[in-house]
Amino acid sequence: MSLIQNLKLVHLPKSKTSNYSHLLLSVFVLLVAIFCLAPVLWQLLTSLKVNADISAVPNVYIPKRYTLAHYTELFTRRPFLNYIFNSALVSITSTVLCLALGAPAAYALARLRIWGEQVILAGVLIVTLFPYILLFLGLLQVVQALHLGNNYLALIIPYTAINLPLTILVMRSFFQQLPRDLEDAAKVDGYNIQQILLQIVLPMTVPALVTTGILAFIFAWNEFIFALTFITRESLKTIPVATAQLGSSSVFEIPYGAIAAATVLGTSPLVLLVLLFQRRIVQGLTAGAVKG
Amino acid sequence: MQLDKIQKREQLTGWMLTLPALLLLLLVFAYPIGQAFWLSLFTKNLATQLQPVYSGWNNYVRMVFDGRFWETMQNTTIFTCVSVFLELLLGMGIALVLNQSFPGRGIVRTIAILPWALPTALMALAWAWIFNDQYGVWNDILQRLGLIHTEINWLGEPSLAMMAAIAAEVWKTTPFISILLLAGLQSIPVELYEAHALDGANPWQSFWRITLPLLMPQILIALLFRFAQAFGVFDLVLVMTGGGPAGATETVSLYIYAMVMRYLDFGYGAALIVVTFLLLVAAVAIVSFLLSKARNSKF
Repeated sequence: MSLIQNLKLVHLPKSKTSNYSHLLLSVFVLLVAIFCLAPVLWQLLTSLKVNADISAVPNVYIPKRYTLAHYTELFTRRPFLNYIFNSALVSITSTVLCLALGAPAAYALARLRIWGEQVILAGVLIVTLFPYILLFLGLLQVVQALHLGNNYLALIIPYTAINLPLTILVMRSFFQQLPRDLEDAAKVDGYNIQQILLQIVLPMTVPALVTTGILAFIFAWNEFIFALTFITRESLKTIPVATAQLGSSSVFEIPYGAIAAATVLGTSPLVLLVLLFQRRIVQGLTAGAVKG
Repeated sequence: MQLDKIQKREQLTGWMLTLPALLLLLLVFAYPIGQAFWLSLFTKNLATQLQPVYSGWNNYVRMVFDGRFWETMQNTTIFTCVSVFLELLLGMGIALVLNQSFPGRGIVRTIAILPWALPTALMALAWAWIFNDQYGVWNDILQRLGLIHTEINWLGEPSLAMMAAIAAEVWKTTPFISILLLAGLQSIPVELYEAHALDGANPWQSFWRITLPLLMPQILIALLFRFAQAFGVFDLVLVMTGGGPAGATETVSLYIYAMVMRYLDFGYGAALIVVTFLLLVAAVAIVSFLLSKARNSKF
């Protein structure tokens, strides 16, 4: 303690520099915030502008008129409700499936000594590094062989799989931190593994499941290449693909306002998740990447 | 003997719990890669009426003389190296800022991970709009600052389009690096800095002598993840530039996609996938080797 106090004493006379560094820090903080927010806010502002302001040169930063027309257009002239539904359905289903498959595997890898554990873990780690472009051709053939084209399953199955490595790594590091005593006590009381998992471990696991689930949902919601390749029917498309194709749908005039509105709609669930669960997302990401 | 039985049962339960996940991973990750290796030895395109005909190493020989393949390789390498380098610098800077204490730190930390969480394809649209030649806000800002006098066609000029794509990629993925580095920074004990300061070191020296060496594992992990993902970049470039202008931003992944989906040349597409995969494995092996060295030297 005295060391820290001494240290502060040493630094006291330099209060002028500390004032400067305070100012410098504030400037940096502001820059970070602007850097991260500006593109999102600009898209939001564009989505609320009338067309005349969108195509005004020089740009309009503080519009006098605002409109929701670009949003209503998405729902009246395009099946945007459909896209939202598709994205939500595919993301939620795959997230639940991923937790249901990944958590037990993570438990086994953390708690039980199984043969080939190191190999499995190494495989899971390597697989997180695969870009999806390496997989789409093989998966396309699986989809065709199973006649899953234009079927939600063509997305749900790969989305579940691409989130499994992260789920296994995060959940495994969680199980390793969980004290064993309760499980051992239950074992002594004659519980079998299924009972231990369902009645004792599962209730304690809920926070970790939420953390992992949020990450899995984000990845599923954002996925592009599989959704682009395996789904061609308009009514089954997900938001990222449908929005990306808004621009190319009309040859003469690119609907900038509608694109901006669609971007805002497609990103808003994720913005909400980040606002609500910032800490969990950070925990999950670092656990998944660093602990591995 | 009782113990043996218990162990056997543990094995069995363990495998039963792991197997469903493993099978799915094999189906979605291992099968497509294996399939690509196999298919790359065949010619399967419109000329063979989409029937696979064995052709040995033909696809790989073709690749050697395929100028477009080498161009996309070059584009991908430039894109990956420049963006990962910038992300590391910027990510480190942001992590250092977020590690200080200041009012509203929680909010700023939340804002700082936002870009990472948003869909790449959608934010690629947002960036294409920012770099729009007529109405884009980037041209407008530069003009207001008096830095340029006529609008620049950012996405229409080969070298500028690459810069624009890199800018969007850096914006989108720097948060991932700063999250990892921030976690690393928080695990460095403050006492180290205090002792170092007592020895008369300034913050700049502390950064090089304490922060950087202790952050090495996180830096390498971030490098590993980012390198692999940037090398396979797809949505961002496809949506922002479509690989144009004149193929200036066409990455390997876009070329693979076009080879399969537009030219329906499955055999050659598979060979491209195999080569990309092997290059990635080699790069990952090198970084992992460095990582294990950094970890061993730490403890």
